[in-house]
Amino acid sequence: MNPKIADQVLRQPTKKIVPTNKAAFVIALAGNPNAGKTTLFNALTGMRQKVANYSGVTVERKEGFWKLNDQTARLIDLPGLYSLDATSMDEQIARDVLTGKLAGLSKPDAIIAVVDATNLERNLYLVTQLLEYKIPLVIALTMVDVAENQSLAINTKKLAELLQIPVVEVKATQKIGIEELAEQVYEAARHQNLTTDQQFSEADGADFIRLSLQDDNAINKKIFARYNFISEVYQESVVPKQTGERNLSEKIDRVLTHKFFGLVILVGVLLLVFQAIFSWATLPMDLLEAGFGVLGDFTRTTMPEGLLTDLLVDGVIAGVGGILVFLPQILLLFLFISILEDTGYMARAAFLLDKLMSKVGLHGKAFLPLMSSFACAIPGIMATRTIESPKDRLATIMIAPFMSCSARLPVYALMIATFFAGQTVFGFVSVGAVLMLAMYSLGIITAVIVAWILKKTILKSPPPPFVMELPPYRLPNVRSVVQNMLNNGWQFTKRAGTVILAISIILWALTAFPRSGGEPSAVRGEQSEQAAIAATDDTAATEAEKKAAEEKEGAALRNSYAGQLGHFIEPAIRPLGFDWKIGVALIASFAAREVLVSTLSIIYNTGKSADAQSEGLMQAIRDAKRDDGTKVWTPLTAVTIMVFFVLAMQCMSTVAVVRRETNSWAWTIFMVVYMTVLAYAAAFLTFQGGRLLGFG
Amino acid sequence: MNLTSLPIGATAKVLTVNGNNPITRRLMEMGVVPGVSVRVIKSAPFGDPLEIRVRGYHLAMRRSEADTIEVQSLEAAQ
Repeated sequence: MNPKIADQVLRQPTKKIVPTNKAAFVIALAGNPNAGKTTLFNALTGMRQKVANYSGVTVERKEGFWKLNDQTARLIDLPGLYSLDATSMDEQIARDVLTGKLAGLSKPDAIIAVVDATNLERNLYLVTQLLEYKIPLVIALTMVDVAENQSLAINTKKLAELLQIPVVEVKATQKIGIEELAEQVYEAARHQNLTTDQQFSEADGADFIRLSLQDDNAINKKIFARYNFISEVYQESVVPKQTGERNLSEKIDRVLTHKFFGLVILVGVLLLVFQAIFSWATLPMDLLEAGFGVLGDFTRTTMPEGLLTDLLVDGVIAGVGGILVFLPQILLLFLFISILEDTGYMARAAFLLDKLMSKVGLHGKAFLPLMSSFACAIPGIMATRTIESPKDRLATIMIAPFMSCSARLPVYALMIATFFAGQTVFGFVSVGAVLMLAMYSLGIITAVIVAWILKKTILKSPPPPFVMELPPYRLPNVRSVVQNMLNNGWQFTKRAGTVILAISIILWALTAFPRSGGEPSAVRGEQSEQAAIAATDDTAATEAEKKAAEEKEGAALRNSYAGQLGHFIEPAIRPLGFDWKIGVALIASFAAREVLVSTLSIIYNTGKSADAQSEGLMQAIRDAKRDDGTKVWTPLTAVTIMVFFVLAMQCMSTVAVVRRETNSWAWTIFMVVYMTVLAYAAAFLTFQGGRLLGFG
Repeated sequence: MNLTSLPIGATAKVLTVNGNNPITRRLMEMGVVPGVSVRVIKSAPFGDPLEIRVRGYHLAMRRSEADTIEVQSLEAAQ
């Protein structure tokens, strides 16, 4: 078909939407990382794409629909690959797709190989492997203009002739070459003509036959033979003009990976990212929180009082809302990760820090996920996807929750404000600041030790290879960045709607049952009414009523399953200096750490809305007494609580994410157990050691 | 001599990549095969990893990995 006819066909108004399973062709999109594959995928499919995971693994599965002449093709975006031979999960998945081994997906009718013209030789390596799959192949040659600027003149015709497959120059952002690509892929997929069949062995025939499988180094020799072939193709189709001038990336790297300034800039970049995450996310987070509050009140006032309303408001809306509030932070973090990744800076950060990270057996790429975990372990754990080795990735996931996340801050703040406010050491350093620093350090040091132990034992593997491309610096593609951010945000939201929803309901049930004669719901109904009144007219009468209502609620909590659990675990936590009330708060805080503060305020009847700095709650904590009249809380108890919170795995959302990202209940349970045991042991040592030293 | 003993800025030709393991294969797949010329660009702040230029692009690797690459120096550092 000549291009003109193709043009007419393409413009025909065939608006017929073909259902998923009726797609005429399956086309696989393959290419090296940074070759421009994502941009091309977006240009071909538009918004008609979906992202999921390959079942059982966390390799992202992206596919979309592409209109090929009057037919619809399913376009499968393979993970970015350097090779199909090695052992990474990405490469295994790609192989399964190409051999049609994946359930629900037939063997592709054609492959588009995205080839970066500025890095032709290494990109062609994957092409030589793809040729062996006996699937019609079309090369989409990207960044030709950049190559020309770098004084490389590529003879596309010659290249196609030597490889005996169609080569189409594309510029996806400007939609150049897209129609020709469609035409060539359509032809290839329709006719299944494998002109390339013998071509490769012809070029290297002699070498290939000599490569016997008995030979130890058969694979190495095969790689060598492929590169020999590539070198021949390269020499005949590319004319390097005058080189000698260093390219732009190398100049930028003179500063960004400089021995000294490189590190300074890295610290600056990270500070900027986290500052932005904390400050920019505040407004939308407050809005979301207020929104869920309004939604809860609205549900409370419009629905009849009763179990269902309580479940909706205290379980569903409070639980899911409490997690979705973090969405702005997650979106921002992924926005920055995408930008850092797409510009090529992420690889430099790994390059700069690999030496430090490898001391504890981790990969340089583990740095960013760990850093992110100071904001929240959830995006941090999601960010470990960039680490290729499964064992290194697992080790990073296992230690990420030790980084003191933002949910621990309210706990630290409450403890410090209650017991150490205004105290100083050496006359000028505040005890609070020292304790805060100590808690962050405790988390980091524990993480380093645990990583080291894990890498020496159950996650033992040869030092992770650090053979990593430092891609040329490029401006990020706005659309890809935004799409990546939204995809990750959506996956997070979906999780909040499923796993976290279920957990919230269970937790609510534990604190709400058994119900003492319908009292609690009546009490809660009153309370919200009073809250509404109190907001406008804060009279003494309503204050008193409110207090009575809160007392009732405290009694309900005492008798609830959670309260019973608190009594049940009391013997276990007594050696840490905790009573059953702290036990209830501890149990509740396993849903989310910051829940400790609101649970303590319910238990001590100081009002649910108490924040970490509430004077009433602080006074109640200081005054709390055991049955024998001794004080429950001492400064030592506060420090013990903080130590426990640094180390314990108290975040249902993180547990859910770990389950999803490791795809293993065994690892998830291992993590919860070892962290909690560690937290218990450390809290025990703190409390008992502190007592021996005469504190508390 | 191996790649780690080259001074920064030096260009050399790869003679062999020693070993028969995933790292060897990854190095070769990335284009570091016998006969190709490489240039040492720099080392990271703490002395490791190394950055080299091969086949027109930049590749980072640890010294332990560079040790497996035997080279013949083509020209001295400028």
